[in-house]
Amino acid sequence: MKPRTNYPFYFTLGALVLYLVFMIIPGLAGIAYSFTNWSPYTTKVNFIGLENFITVFSANENYLLYIRHTFIFTIVTIVLKTVLGLALALLLTEGVKHLAYLYRVLIYLPVVLPMLAIALIFRSILDPASGFLNTALRALGLGILAQKWLVDPRIALYSVIGVDSWAGVGYIMVILIAGIQSIPREYLEAAEVDGAGFWAKLIWVTLPMMMPAIIIVTVLNLLYALKVFDVVYALTNGGPGYATDVIYTAIFEAFSQGLWGLGTAFSSLLFVFMGVVGYFVIRLMDRGRTRD
Amino acid sequence: MLTKRSKQVGAHLLAIIACLFTVIPVYLIVINSFKSKTDASSMSAALPTVWHWDNFATVITAGDLPQGFVNSLFYAVSSTLLGTLFAAMAAFVLSRNKTRFNRFLYFFIILGIALPTNYFTLTKVMQITDLINTKIGMTFLYAAGQIPFGVFLIYGFLDTIPRELDEAAIIDGCGPFQLFFQVILPLMMPVLVTEGVLAFLGAWNNFIMPLYFLNTTANWPMTLSVYNFFGQYEQNWNLVSADVLMTILPVIVVYLAAQRYILSGMTAGAIKG
Repeated sequence: MKPRTNYPFYFTLGALVLYLVFMIIPGLAGIAYSFTNWSPYTTKVNFIGLENFITVFSANENYLLYIRHTFIFTIVTIVLKTVLGLALALLLTEGVKHLAYLYRVLIYLPVVLPMLAIALIFRSILDPASGFLNTALRALGLGILAQKWLVDPRIALYSVIGVDSWAGVGYIMVILIAGIQSIPREYLEAAEVDGAGFWAKLIWVTLPMMMPAIIIVTVLNLLYALKVFDVVYALTNGGPGYATDVIYTAIFEAFSQGLWGLGTAFSSLLFVFMGVVGYFVIRLMDRGRTRD
Repeated sequence: MLTKRSKQVGAHLLAIIACLFTVIPVYLIVINSFKSKTDASSMSAALPTVWHWDNFATVITAGDLPQGFVNSLFYAVSSTLLGTLFAAMAAFVLSRNKTRFNRFLYFFIILGIALPTNYFTLTKVMQITDLINTKIGMTFLYAAGQIPFGVFLIYGFLDTIPRELDEAAIIDGCGPFQLFFQVILPLMMPVLVTEGVLAFLGAWNNFIMPLYFLNTTANWPMTLSVYNFFGQYEQNWNLVSADVLMTILPVIVVYLAAQRYILSGMTAGAIKG
C-alpha cells in the first residue's frame, strides 16, 4: 500500500493557493511596504526606513491612543463576555430544568445577525433623547442612569463595548455550556456529598474543570477584539472626536486618505503580533485535540 | 420541595430576562418597520397605530434590495461551495497522510485563524489579478477567508471516520478522487453542513470586504446597501427598520433552520478537552 498516491498532495492545492494569495502574500508583502512612502496617488514608491513606525509610535499622533482603545475594548469585552457567558451557561445547565434549549437558541440569535444591522439598531436604541434604553430607564424610575451613550466621549467606548458584548455573549455561552457538560457528574456529586454548596462547587470543581473551555473563549475573544471594525464603524465611526477609534478604524481612515505606507506599517505590526499570538494559540488548540 | 420549585421559578425568570435582552432589539426593528415616519421616530416598543405594509415596497425599490439580495446570495453560496470543498479536500489529505511536512502545512494553514488582513497589499493583489471590483473576486476573498477555520473543523472530524473504509475502497480499486468523493465525502456531511452554514452566514454578514473592494453599487451585497440606505434615510426610522429587517430575515431563517448544526459545530470546533 502506497499511502502517498491515495492521498495526493494536489488535493491541498486549492486551499493552499487561496490561502497564500489572499492572506499570506499580502501579509508578508505588507511588511516590505511598511518601509516605504507607498501611496495610490503616485507610481513611485520610495524606501523611507523606519519613518512609518516612528509616526505610529509618535506622541504627536493619535495611533497610540487607538492602540490603547483597542486594548481597553479587548480586555473589557473578554471579561464581560466570559463572566456573563459563564453565568448564562450555568443558568441553562445547572439552573433551569426545562426549555433550556429554547433559551439557548434565543440568546444565541444576535451572534448570527450582521454586526452592521445590530449597530444600526443600537444607534436608535442608544439615542440620548428618544432612544429605547433611556426611555425604558426613565419609565422604570432609573432616569438617573440615563446617559448620552454614544455622544459622551467619556463613555462612548464603553457603550460600543456593551453593544459588542450583547452581540457576542451567546457564542461564548454555547462554548462554555459544552465545557460544563464535559465535566463528569460524579465529581459534582462527590462534592455535594462532602457538603459543598453552589459557590464551593463552582470554585473548586466546575471552574478548574472548565479551564480548557475558558482558555478557548478567551483566545477567541482576543482574536476577534484586536481586529474589531464593523461595530465601531457603524455605531460611532470612531467618534465623538477620536474617543472610540480602534486600530482597524484608523487603518480604514489611512486607506481612504491614501496613506498606504503608514497604514500598511500599522497593519503589519498587528500581523506580526497576531502571528506570534496565533502560534501559541495553535499549540494550545492542538494540545486540546490530541489529548482525546 | 417548595424551595426547589421557587429556585426553578427564579432560574426561569432570569433566563426569560436574558432572552428579552437579546430579542427586544430585533422586536423593535420588526415593530417599527410597520409604522409611519412620525410613529417610528422614537423607535418605541408600542404597536403601530396603522400597519404600513407599504414601507416594504418603498425600501425594496429605494434600497435596491433585490439586487443586493441576489449579490449577497451569490457571494455566500459560491464562496461557501468553493471554500468548503477546498478545505475538505485539504483536510482529508493532511489528516490521512500525517507526514512531517503535512503536519507543518496543517499548522501553517490554521495559523490563518489568527492572522489579520492587510487591506492595502490585498488591494494590490486584487488589482494585479484583475479581481478588484468584481463579483468573482469577492467569491475568492470569502472562500480564502473560510479556509483556515474550515480546515481546522473538518480535520478534527476526519479522525472519527475509520481508515479501514479507505483501505477497503482502495482494495476495491478506487482512485483518490473516487475515494474522496464517493466514500469519504458522504460520511463528512455533518461537519460539512456545520462548516457550510457558518461560512454562509459569515459571507452574508460580511461588511468590511465590500467596503474596501467594491465601488460599483451594482455589485454591493445587502450589508453595504443597508449602510448606504441608512446614510440617506437616517431620519426615516420606519424605512431603515424595514430595510434592516429585510437584510436580517434571510439570516434568521437560515439560523432557525440550521440551529442544531450551528450550536453543535461551535462546540465541536472550539473545544474537545
